[in-house]
Formats: sequence, C-alpha cells, structure tokens
Amino acid sequence: MKHDFSQWIRSGQPWVWLNAAAVGASLIMVVGLLGLIAVRGLGHFWPTAVHELSFTGKDGRTRRIIAEIRERETITATRLRESGVEVPAGVESVERMLLKTGNRDILGSDFRWLLARRISGDRTPATLTVLERYEWGNFYGYLKNVKQHGKVVAEGDMAWPALLSRIERVTALHTRIRRIEKHDIGAINYRLERLRLRERQLQLDGNTDPAPRREIAAERQKLKARFAGLRRQLADLNRRIQRDSLVMEIMDGRQVEIPLAKVVRAYRPNAMSLPQKLGHYFGKLWEFVSDDPREANTEGGIFPAIFGTVTMVMLMALLVTPFGVVAAVYLHEYARQGFVTRMIRIAVNNLAGVPSIVYGVFGLGFFVYFLGGVIDDLWFQAAKPSPTFKTPGLLWASLTLALMTVPVVIVATEEGLSRIPRAVREGSLALGATKWETLWKTVLPMASPAMMTGLILAIARAAGEVAPLMLVGVVKLAPSLPIDGNFPFVHLDRKFMHLGFHIYDVGFQSPNVEAARPLVYATALLLVMVIVVLNLSAIMVRNRLREKYRALEH
Amino acid sequence: MLNEDTANDLLNHAIDMASLGMDANEPETETLETSIEVEHLSLYYGDKRALNDISLRLPRNRVSAFIGPSGCGKSTLLRCFNRMNDLVDGVRIEGTIRINGQDIHARTVDVSALRSKVGMVFQRPNPFPKSIYENVAYGLRLQGVRDRRRLDETVERALRGAALWDEVKDRLHESALGMSGGQQQRLVIARAIAVEPEVLLLDEPASALDPISTLKIEELIYELKDRYTIVIVTHNMQQAARVSDYTAFLYMGDLIEFDDTRRLFTNPGKKQTEDYITGRYG
Repeated sequence: MKHDFSQWIRSGQPWVWLNAAAVGASLIMVVGLLGLIAVRGLGHFWPTAVHELSFTGKDGRTRRIIAEIRERETITATRLRESGVEVPAGVESVERMLLKTGNRDILGSDFRWLLARRISGDRTPATLTVLERYEWGNFYGYLKNVKQHGKVVAEGDMAWPALLSRIERVTALHTRIRRIEKHDIGAINYRLERLRLRERQLQLDGNTDPAPRREIAAERQKLKARFAGLRRQLADLNRRIQRDSLVMEIMDGRQVEIPLAKVVRAYRPNAMSLPQKLGHYFGKLWEFVSDDPREANTEGGIFPAIFGTVTMVMLMALLVTPFGVVAAVYLHEYARQGFVTRMIRIAVNNLAGVPSIVYGVFGLGFFVYFLGGVIDDLWFQAAKPSPTFKTPGLLWASLTLALMTVPVVIVATEEGLSRIPRAVREGSLALGATKWETLWKTVLPMASPAMMTGLILAIARAAGEVAPLMLVGVVKLAPSLPIDGNFPFVHLDRKFMHLGFHIYDVGFQSPNVEAARPLVYATALLLVMVIVVLNLSAIMVRNRLREKYRALEH
Repeated sequence: MLNEDTANDLLNHAIDMASLGMDANEPETETLETSIEVEHLSLYYGDKRALNDISLRLPRNRVSAFIGPSGCGKSTLLRCFNRMNDLVDGVRIEGTIRINGQDIHARTVDVSALRSKVGMVFQRPNPFPKSIYENVAYGLRLQGVRDRRRLDETVERALRGAALWDEVKDRLHESALGMSGGQQQRLVIARAIAVEPEVLLLDEPASALDPISTLKIEELIYELKDRYTIVIVTHNMQQAARVSDYTAFLYMGDLIEFDDTRRLFTNPGKKQTEDYITGRYG
C-alpha cells in the first residue's frame, strides 16, 4: 500500500491533478466574475412586474403601495428590534423586501423596505403604468387622463393609446431640441469663442490693422444672427412641447399632473407580452450604450464614457508604441551592453511596478502644470487667464497612461528583437545593408508581432486604469465629446468621460445608491467588453503579422 | 606541432604555387590574377587567438575551398573578407586583407559598399520573410534602384543565374518561406548575385541540405565561377574536392597548406594535411 502511494507520487499524477485544479479554479473565477456582472448588469433593463401591495401600517390601517420588488432578504429579528421596529416575541428571523416605489419628487425617495409579513394583498393589475422621466426617476401609478392645453382630451381606456401617440410627438420634438441645443448652438458657441480668441490674439500682437477686426465683427454678427434664429426656433419648439400633460393616480390616491415633455417613455409591464418585453429590453440596452447620461449618471446611457475610453486608449496606443519601440531598439541594438544598460533595463522593468496613482500625480505635476503651462504660454496666450492645456485633458491622460505602459512595450519589443535569428540580420548586412537599413527593412517588421504583444498588454492595463485618470483628465460629466464636427475635430485639451471612472462615480458618488447599483454592474460589463474588443482587434492584427513574418523554420 | 619556420616555408611555397599557377613538377599554362590577398592576418576574440598569422592569395574566377576540423577558424577567416566579424564584440584583427588591391580595413572603405561587392551565403538558408521577388530585389533596393523594369530584369537574371528561375517564375510574389530548403539556399545565392558582387563567399552552403539539393548547389558553384571569385568553406572533403580549384587546409587557427585541390588531395605536402584527409583526425 505504502509502496503504491510512493509510486503514485513518483508518477507525477498528483502534480497533474494540482495543475488541472488550478486551471479549473481560474476558469471558474473568470466565468463566475463575468457571469455575475452580466446577470446583475443586464437584468437591470428587463421590465419587471409592478405590484400593487396592500399592507397594514403601524396605525393599523390598510394602505396600498405601488412598486417593483427589487430584492428579498432575511434578517434576524434582533437586528430589527434594535433599530426600533416592533417584532412579536418568538420570531427569530423576518423577511423583508426592497421596493422601488419611484415618484421621488412626491415621496422623497425611490426605495423603501417593507416587512413581508405585513403584506396582506399582492396584485399586478395590467393597467399599472410606468413613466420613465427625464428628471426625478420613474413614476408609477394609474393613468387617469391626457390633457391638451389643460383640457382633458382622452380618458379611461382611450387615455393609453392617446398617451402613446402623444409621447411619440414629444420625443420627436425632444430630438429636434437636443439637436439644436447640442449641435447647432454648440457649434456657434465654439466658433464665437474662436473669434474671441482671434481678436484677443490681435490685441496681444499689438496689431492695429482694422481689416481683420472688421472681418471678425462681421463674422460675429452673422453668427449672432444665426444664434438668434435658433433661439426663436427653440422657443417655439419648447412652447409646442409643453402642450400636453397627463394625470396619474399614485398609490395614496392623489392625482398628479405631469407635463408630457418630462416623459421619456411610458409602458405597462404587467400587460406586456414576451416579444414586447424583449423589444423594451433591447431598446433600453441600446439607449444605455448609445445615449448620454441623465440624472447624475444614474439614468440614460454611457455613450460618452465608452467613446472617451476608446479614444483615450487609441491615443495612448499611438503615443506608447513608437516611444516604446524606439527605446527598445536603442537598448537592444545600439546601446553597449554593460552595467549602465543593465541598470536602465532594471529601472524600466521596475517602472512597471510603480502604483498607477503615482503616475497620475506625476502627470498632473509635469504634464498638466509644467508642459501644459509652457504650451499655454507659447501658443494659447489669447485664451488666458483660462487655461487651455494647463488643465487636465485627453492628451495628458493618454500621455500619463502611455508613460505608465511604456515599460511593457519596451520589454516585449526587446524580447521580440532578441528572437530574430542572427542569420537574418547577417543576411541583410551581407547584402550591403547598413545596420539601420537592416533594422528598418527586416528586423523591425519581423519583430512587429512582439510589439503588438506589448501593445496588447499596454491596452489591457491602460483601459482598466482609473486612479491616475482622475488627476489628469477624466470627469464625471463631459459636456462634449473629444472628437466632434467642429474644427480641428480632435480636441486634445478637452476633458472626457471614462467607463472605469464612471463605475467609481456611479458606485460611490451617486445620490441614489439603490438605483445606481445595477448600473455599476452594467458599466463594468461594458468596460470588460470594450477592453476585450480592443484586445481582440490588436490580437487579430498580431496574428496577421505573425503569419506574414513567421519565423524561419529550420 | 610544426616548427614555425618550416611551416612558413611550406606556406610560402604553397602561396607561390597558387598565385603563380606554377607547380614544381608540371607548370600550368594559365596565369592567375589575385583576387583576395591576405597578409599576416591574425584575429583575436578577446584574448583568444582564433587565426594565427595567415597569409594567402586567392585567385580570381576560381573556386577556393577552406577545409579543416570544426573550430579551426575557416569560417572566421571567410567572415574576415566581408568584415562580418566587425559585428562580434571584442574582435581584434591584425594584418591586412586586400580585395582586388583595396585594403578592406582602410578608413575610407565603406563597409556596406564592401559587403555589396563581397556577397555571402550562410550555412542555413536565411531568406527574408518577404516574397521571392523582394528577397532578390533587396540588395538592389538598398542601392536605391526604383526602376521597375530594371528590378524585374535583375531579379530574373539573378534567379536564372542561381538556376531557380524555372522553378519559381510563376510564384515570384509568394513568400520565400514556402520554398524547400534547397530552393531557399539557391534563392539566397540569387539574392547575393543580384547585386553583382566580385567575390562570393559561401559558408558551408550545403551542410543543411539533402543530397540532391547539395548536388544542385555544387553544379551552381561550378557555373558561377566563370564570373565570380568564389570562396567556399566546407566540412565535406569530397565536396571540396569536387567543386574547388584550390584548397586551403586550416588547423587550430593556422593555415597548414594551400595548394591546387587535386594535388592537395592526392599528394599533400604536409603530414597534418594527409592525416586529416585520410581521416586520421579531425
């Protein structure tokens, strides 16, 4: 028996099992992580049933509550008693429910807890209506009537179809208003600001020539005229959007009138069929990835954050690759291999271990305040005293992350360079190529898959980084994207939104924790997906390069 | 070891015979121009001496072979001719090498220009991971040739010169890495002759190839010697006997004997040479 056991040990079987177990555990953790955030995040957009619950209040009277049931949990009775809730003796544990009641403007909060044993009735009437609003979150209640200019135009069963068609009208108006506000007026403001800067620059240059000033004044006049036109259009649209309103009966029986202009969409989850629910679900999902955030980031979409993350990572890749490759080529090909080179290499490797917030501090001190200050002094005199580059922004965030990830690129590139067979270098040199020509025409292309590996690692690290970004350019809500239709199209000085920071912001800084929690998961899932997509595209490029420069087979 | 004086005597004798094309017993009719002239060449890797006071003259448009046991310095000597040893850290060279009269270590010499005049083919085929066409055109592009017609012509001429044209003319733009080892080695030769070198150095060009490919390379060497001075390093004495006109035997960094191939193999002047070619050591 003992002999068998030592035989078993010697055979290496336990080792194989150990390895397999480690791989299995890693797999379970990865799948579990993705599964958890996917379920929690994606479930958020599903239209859940809205309940009308009856319960007995402390005063013994029966009340009703209209809410979505978000969570059920069992807690010990002691804990409840300690917090002052009466629980009959002998009861060990109590079930309680987290209810989303909405109607924050009227009830004061979106969520409340209710002990399950106090509930005496539970109905899910098909006519219960949910309104999604631009402000104050969801609204739950029974639709009473729809009004136009304060007069009731539809009531009872007729109210619902009337409401839906009128919401369509309002949504169309909203789209037009937003287009004018964001796009047209934004562009005019941008151009006015540029005119102001040009004028200021003339002043700074001591240029007294009236011609350019006249030109600026004329241009400004034109823009202002257009602006006034747009303002009139806006006023008109705003008047038209205020036309309709609706009246809802809420859980305590009060009737509340809501302007239709405040409503994003209305739906009756209890009456929805599965296809309708699916439609609603994907509509919400699309809104989430394509729309701007609303209500302190707890509603709406996160498109600016996705866009900001991708732009920042791309810019970082553009900065880090040439820099890292050039440094690696010098270290590996030109520098004399000795003590100093070895020290530099160790230093570079250690840079990869510096906590990212340290890079953030460095980026703020060096890039933002120093470099940004110099740039402002040299080229953006006119904008002073408001800073152009002497303030956190996209360029500085990308540069900081590029600095943070450059060791990875250097190490990977050096690795790749050392794997190029000597025979190939010699073959090129023997044909009369200089060292530079050999590098440029043969060695670097062959090492390009390794550079891509470095870049992939850099992207993976940079895309998930939040801490340094908070110091050098990320904001909670950016009014405009870093790339838009206004010349020069790419605005490196702008602040931007980022998925990682968005998670942090929604998770910790949100005024409405319960509402924000599913968004944390959903945003986390999106961040992971963005990183996966970025990495997959880099990996595809690498595989193509690998195929092309497949190492010589001997 | 040999007595040094005797060795030098014998060496000089060999050089005289080679360079003059003369033979003590049967004078040859041809007169030979010297292409590569080596005088008192010593090479050190750090403190270790790898080549020891070597002097010899290699004739133009002939095939000269370097033979000797592993580590005897034959490859090192070959790599001196296009200054490939410059790439190795800690190498020191004494003595002079002249190729067509030009001292290749002179300050005025541009190493790249030298290397385009002295082509080299390595032990293992080392095509670049590019198309067949681009491999052959590589050297020309380095020289700044952009004219498509000229490139096409040169590539074809070089591939024909390397007896490869018929095999690859339909797939010039496919990767060179898809070729067989023997084809790759001929491609490398084509690549070398595309830049019209004066000297072609072959460093064990057939050692990684199968017998048929080896035969093709040997035939190719035979054809190329009309136009190039060829120096070949080989492990294989039969190969040296088959392809070369002159053979040098090196041992432990010393040039033991340099002579007409036929004579060196049939009637070696040195005991060491005889021992080596009869397989008694090495």
